[in-house]
Amino acid sequence: MTISRRTLLGAGAGIGAGVLGGCGSNTGRGGGSSGGTRLTQWYHQYGEAGTEQAVERYAAAYEKAHVTVQWRPGNYDQQTAAALLTDSGPDVFEVNGPSLDQIQGGQVEDLTALLDGVRDDFNPAVLAPKTYRGKVYGIPQTIDMQMLYYRKSMLRDAGVRPPRTLDELVDAAKELTRNKVKGLFLGNDGGAGVLGGTPLYAAGLRLVTDDGKAGFDDPAAARTLGKLRELYAGKTLLLGAPTDWSDPSAFLQGLTAMQWSGLWALPQVRKELGDDFGVLPFPGDGSHGKPTVPVGAYGAAVSARSKEKEAAKAYVKWLWVERTDYQEDFALGYGFHIPARISLAKKAAKLRTGAAADAVGFATEHGYAQPLLWTPAAQTAYQDALSRIIKDGASPESELRGVVRKVSAELDRVQHKS
Amino acid sequence: MRRRRAFWFWVFVGPFAAGLALFTYVPLVWSVGLSFFDAHNTVTPTDFVGLDNYRAMLRDSAFTGSLRTFLVFTAFIVPVTFALSLALALMVNRVRRAQAFFRSVFFLPAACSYVVAALIWKMSLFNGVRFGLANTVLGWFGTDPVAWLSTTRPPWYWLVIVTVRLWLQAGFYMILFLAGLQRIDPVLYEAAAVDGARPGWTVLRHITLPQLRATSVAVVLLLVINAFQAFDEFYNLLSDARGYPPYARPPLVYLYYTALGQGQNLGLGSAGAVILALIIAIVTVGQARWLGLGRSAADG
Repeated sequence: MTISRRTLLGAGAGIGAGVLGGCGSNTGRGGGSSGGTRLTQWYHQYGEAGTEQAVERYAAAYEKAHVTVQWRPGNYDQQTAAALLTDSGPDVFEVNGPSLDQIQGGQVEDLTALLDGVRDDFNPAVLAPKTYRGKVYGIPQTIDMQMLYYRKSMLRDAGVRPPRTLDELVDAAKELTRNKVKGLFLGNDGGAGVLGGTPLYAAGLRLVTDDGKAGFDDPAAARTLGKLRELYAGKTLLLGAPTDWSDPSAFLQGLTAMQWSGLWALPQVRKELGDDFGVLPFPGDGSHGKPTVPVGAYGAAVSARSKEKEAAKAYVKWLWVERTDYQEDFALGYGFHIPARISLAKKAAKLRTGAAADAVGFATEHGYAQPLLWTPAAQTAYQDALSRIIKDGASPESELRGVVRKVSAELDRVQHKS
Repeated sequence: MRRRRAFWFWVFVGPFAAGLALFTYVPLVWSVGLSFFDAHNTVTPTDFVGLDNYRAMLRDSAFTGSLRTFLVFTAFIVPVTFALSLALALMVNRVRRAQAFFRSVFFLPAACSYVVAALIWKMSLFNGVRFGLANTVLGWFGTDPVAWLSTTRPPWYWLVIVTVRLWLQAGFYMILFLAGLQRIDPVLYEAAAVDGARPGWTVLRHITLPQLRATSVAVVLLLVINAFQAFDEFYNLLSDARGYPPYARPPLVYLYYTALGQGQNLGLGSAGAVILALIIAIVTVGQARWLGLGRSAADG
């Protein structure tokens, strides 16, 4: 699952800022002959105060090269994708991937050797989508996840218990919908965008099977997606809120009794609601169903266009493999993420109590990451179909047939590439 | 003397010509080239695929759907903007006092950015909860809040999309119409009055509108081209937290996503762009022929 963070206040504002960001002329290059190795490192804009200063502090502490950090607000994925086509892109960059096309196109360097001896310490669920044919192309930085937040008091008043199955979720949303409060918020588009493959995993299916086929060619898929339509058609979903799912405001303002959001929202929710909230995974559906949560990680990657590839790799190894103190600080010091290193996640005191501990438990037991083979073209076909099922009441069976056809063709394309 | 003139010609025209070549013609030709290659994540592809990208694009229901979205949008926005800006121009032209004031007031929205206006429309005027402006007004009549941008049946989002563009551009076209109105010879109106034409509809129908023909043709043409280029308000009003617009994508929004968004399929995107450019060219030429752009009033 591509976990977007709340950096996109509004995509438009983001683009505006991105353009401005792109105007920055100081790429940290030039003058390479004097003063040793120079590296540029890109980050997307994290919402939490202090993160930017922290990553600059880490970079300044590196002695073997002069590292310039670029903090890039706006549509980060697009910016990196464009920059990787040119020579003026970053040497080291964090990426919500890298994508399969980036790997196959030779745009990112093989980083497998950096993990020698510690590969087992990285969470396998988030390392898998960064691995292609056994080689690792991105070092996971921190893990993000999404889950369902609910207001305990509202559920109690309505006499509803926290839903354990998708049917219970549909019923709970109905019971909880009052005059001014909606039962559930899955994003302003009714859930097609943020849920993605989550309902399929909850039905015991998957996006892509191990042998590289579409993993949801099954009647259970249509049954489960049909229930999302029920949520929408029953007018129990909050729609058109001023903020989207990634921001807990709608939940905090009492516009909805339950909201799907990210782990990053947890500190704010706890601060405002105290103990009056709980968290749940997406509930399972059907006889083979199981609860599920999407997990994902930004990874550190090295551009194949970098003029200082070896120095860039050495820096990535230093920061994201060796300096566990910085990794811990980065994950837990500012925002709220799960460290990608299992040993660090186990140590972290902040993750041992209350809802945070529940969340870590969900991520460990029920976490799934969007497979590397699930390309944007497959994602687009699936998401458009899901949107039509939810909003237009299109038949899940026929929509899914179309998606399976398109996804199979796309999987064929990427697996027959060198 | 002649050499001097050539020198100054290039001093003034050169930078513009160079910019035009570098930023318009080279990318244009390059894009046409890319459309014949499998260009995932690269602008220097090697894998020639012939017309495959064109075939894929024309078979892509999302792309043909985007053309449909454009048609619907044009069918709404062109007549509505035309009528409103003409009405504004007629009104402003008639007021005797504070004409400059009204002219400025109606023109001002044209100075606002599409992105900013779209965000205001999305977040305060037409948000889906009870305290959005539109829903507050509905609430006075006891109607339930409407999720304007999240409802596809009925497609309320069109109301939001059309009104934001209407607000932004009506003033600009009003100025064009005003300029046209002010060029009409008052003698014609006097003659009409002498001939017994009643002021109002008859004069409008038989004097004003025919005299505005050249302006009207230009306005319609500009409106259609602008509608083809629609991007900002669609993208900002309808995209989700990840920047993905799930429905009502006009062609540019869809191509942007395919080529420059997560898709990074530059070959397919270029093929789409070429198809779109051809459609725009054919429509524009056809429209200009049909409406007689550039024909003077005497030949018309």
